[in-house]
Amino acid sequence: MHMAQAVAAPVAASRKRGVFGSPLTRREAIMGYLFISPWLIGFVVFLAGPIIASFVLSFTRYSPGRDPVWLGLSNYARMFSDDLFYHSLRVTTIYTLFSVPLGLITALGLAVLLNQKVIGQRVFRTIFYLPSLISGVAVAIVFAWIFNARFGVVNYFLSLLGLPGPNWLGDPDWTMPAFILMSLWGVGGTVVIFIAALQGVPLELYEAAQLDGAGSWKRFLHITLPMISPVILFSLITGIIGTFQTFAVSYIMTGGGPANASLFYLLYLYRNAFTWFEMGYASALAWFLFLIILICTAILLRTSDLWVHYEGLGRK
Amino acid sequence: MAAIPFKRHSAQWYVRQIARNVVVYGLLIGLGAIFILPFLWSVTSSLRETGAPLSFPPQFLPTQFNWGNYVRVFEMIPFATFFRNSVIVTTLAVFGELLSASLVAFGFARLRFPGRNLLFIVLLSTMMIPYPVTMIPSFILWVRGLGMANTFGPLVLPPFFGPAFSIFLLRQFFMTINTELDEAAKIDGASEFRIYWQIILPLAKPALATIAIFSFMANWNDFLTPLIYLSDRNLYTLALGINFLRNMRGGGELALQMAGAVMFVAPCIILYFLAQRFVIQGIVTTGLKG
Repeated sequence: MHMAQAVAAPVAASRKRGVFGSPLTRREAIMGYLFISPWLIGFVVFLAGPIIASFVLSFTRYSPGRDPVWLGLSNYARMFSDDLFYHSLRVTTIYTLFSVPLGLITALGLAVLLNQKVIGQRVFRTIFYLPSLISGVAVAIVFAWIFNARFGVVNYFLSLLGLPGPNWLGDPDWTMPAFILMSLWGVGGTVVIFIAALQGVPLELYEAAQLDGAGSWKRFLHITLPMISPVILFSLITGIIGTFQTFAVSYIMTGGGPANASLFYLLYLYRNAFTWFEMGYASALAWFLFLIILICTAILLRTSDLWVHYEGLGRK
Repeated sequence: MAAIPFKRHSAQWYVRQIARNVVVYGLLIGLGAIFILPFLWSVTSSLRETGAPLSFPPQFLPTQFNWGNYVRVFEMIPFATFFRNSVIVTTLAVFGELLSASLVAFGFARLRFPGRNLLFIVLLSTMMIPYPVTMIPSFILWVRGLGMANTFGPLVLPPFFGPAFSIFLLRQFFMTINTELDEAAKIDGASEFRIYWQIILPLAKPALATIAIFSFMANWNDFLTPLIYLSDRNLYTLALGINFLRNMRGGGELALQMAGAVMFVAPCIILYFLAQRFVIQGIVTTGLKG
């Protein structure tokens, strides 16, 4: 979107002058490289280098202190016969399939509510935003108690409704629902983004629709949703990238249990790399994760023509 | 939505407005209560008497104030040391990120050099790469290559080498600053570094504040990186420290865990209230979620 514009402007600027035309522009070029050198060095040392190394490692057996042993494709073959790999992938996928869409719907609902003219708007916005400031560590420690089967807050409210409270973090069937519920507590960041998007929708559109007799639900469906769809797409992509890298909450709250019910992909990868020092295999797992994220993003971007509305471009 | 002016409203219209308000306020207050409850409950629990049986129904407002629980946390774990470690790591990382990101962004936004656009596209695409892909070779590099296991190096040095997201944000901001000022300074013979330092940076204070806050939150809360690199307990950051408290003998006590969690979270909450404006602006312009 705006990345393309951002890149286009300097192209025009650099064509006006020649490259290396005079001593002055040569000096400017040298200064330019100097200014960006921290990133250039960081890119080579901390990014490009490790990426290549990770790719090479994924074809080896390697643990620190020993020479890597070339294995060819066996790490990848091993993945597809590894039950825990499949299991962690399934856990992470189920979590993503529920927590991302539910999070977007919750955030959108809250954003619409907070966008109404209400007294105490700022206070409400703060209340909904604050939880997203809390990190995985603190969230895990607090929610381990909130989901406590006997004394927990959640089961207390269920008991008020006359419902039996499950053993959330002790019963493998209820662990994933607990993680998903917990993730909804942190939607505040998305709410803020959505509020900004809602405020960007031109009021004339609503007024025109109202004159045409469209009710508020129709206006939401045919004006609000299409107008903010680019932001929804963005939040969907960043949400998926985020949930596929869930780590701290499961590491701290359940340690991946019970019965591996919360063995997230990154937790399994972490154990391979840093508990069992199977760094070659862990690198293969990391590359597979990268692939999944790339494919998800590509699919969403490719299919976005169907449902994302870009102002000024019209629909194809 | 905005009512059409000079139209008399019917009684039905007023009834609908009232019903609408009841629904909106009902939902806001109900959901707001759910969102704020974990905060109230943790603070209340942090002040309960240790060793007493857990209360059911749970308490949401404190009836007792055992502030001594907070002191006990300092005695059970070297809390002051963990806190200091977190402050050191976070301060250095924020400083490094501000310095390197602003230098690099200035280069991309203000100076012309061959390959600039290609390099900027490379920079943008690096934001796509998930951390786990580089995690293992980086570990090998830091620990085996540079011998920096159990130092703050692996936590603090990478921000000095240009984090892509902050560079992107600052570069966009620098592009909006009028070039007339630097052209004038250039004619007066000012060096690029002086233009960066004396013209651009002072104008970019709001953007720098936004980056500083998000960098603070990210580094203060980071769990995975210190977990990988720090095994010496004296070097633990607070994120590792409160997890350590939870797992140690006698750490199963609710009140102490909550006291630890409250003290861990407090700096982020305070910072948010001090700099609310920058936080909200930052989220809106970058799509970053904090």
